[in-house]
Amino acid sequence: MDTDIRTPIPTVYGDQTKKFHDVWVSQVELLKQKFGNAIEEVRMPVEYPTDVPIVYVAKDSIVAVLSALRNDPSFGYNFLADLSCTDETPNEKRFEMVYQLFSHSRFNRIRVKVRVREGEKVPTVIPVWISANWAEREVYDMFGVEFLNHPDLRRILMDHRWEGHPLRKDYPLRGYQVFPSPEPIDLDVLERQ
Amino acid sequence: MGKDGTADFFTTRLDVIVNWARKNSAWPLPYGTSCCGIEMMATLCSDYDMARFGAEAVRFSPRQADLLIVAGIITSKMAPVLRNVYDQMSEPKWVMSFGACASSGGIFNVYSVAQGIDTIIPVDIYVPGCPPAPEGVLNGLLRLQQMIDAGATRSQRMEKGLEVPR
Repeated sequence: MDTDIRTPIPTVYGDQTKKFHDVWVSQVELLKQKFGNAIEEVRMPVEYPTDVPIVYVAKDSIVAVLSALRNDPSFGYNFLADLSCTDETPNEKRFEMVYQLFSHSRFNRIRVKVRVREGEKVPTVIPVWISANWAEREVYDMFGVEFLNHPDLRRILMDHRWEGHPLRKDYPLRGYQVFPSPEPIDLDVLERQ
Repeated sequence: MGKDGTADFFTTRLDVIVNWARKNSAWPLPYGTSCCGIEMMATLCSDYDMARFGAEAVRFSPRQADLLIVAGIITSKMAPVLRNVYDQMSEPKWVMSFGACASSGGIFNVYSVAQGIDTIIPVDIYVPGCPPAPEGVLNGLLRLQQMIDAGATRSQRMEKGLEVPR
């Protein structure tokens, strides 16, 4: 069988790309009107092999864009389904922050991305979604991307004595670090809780 | 002494009878972290019945257990916890490394997994398999009993001041 791997996979709700195409086109137009140059690039499904549109946003206006996507009823993406990151190493802007949004009123999704250089700080989106707190800690733990104004930017999964960030492309494949002694207790954290 | 002159007692060395008692009362602490833990439960239950070999009293407190059965994957975050549990067990203590993950990291050759619990704690006996069959576990227990009988385990050698393999 000769199928093109770039054809979007139909979901349980049917082919989203056809169903929401017009909605997405109008929403992207609205975003471009509102934020102008802050919208760096838009990749729409069918032309680009993806199941939802990907909107690339400038780093400094990510909070404004996400709060518009959440609060403006013409978008209505009220739910932050996931917040993650990818390491696109050969690129000059090394990391891509990924915000997966979901709308409970329309039942559709959209994906917002931010390109970040190594060492640059991304504004935290906790003011928009409080659930971004731990997700951003995980991104910091795994990729070393730091967040501006994050209230509690500590490692969340790895041991606090861990050196390096394991999901970076330059982290060694077998970079084991095993600590036989228990993790030291951070008194500052205990006081904060 | 009986009326006909037969003896009702026999003499033995104290450490022999102590080892005999120890090998037939190895109370396990089940440290089941993943699918091997299910197989360990099967071995403890009625079909295979580890109780036949004196290992029926499963203790969830390290202070009351003799045999630490590490069944499953030990991540690098779990490693200090395992070390803590091992340190809390009273001497003499034995460790059974149950399955491929505990023995060598298994298929999880990644940054987040300890490559064998022997990087963290000393191990007396390894049971291979993914997961091991209950018969294999019982065989491991019997081999451990032979070692205890001969005084060849790490704890017993340390007790006597003998050289301990690392």
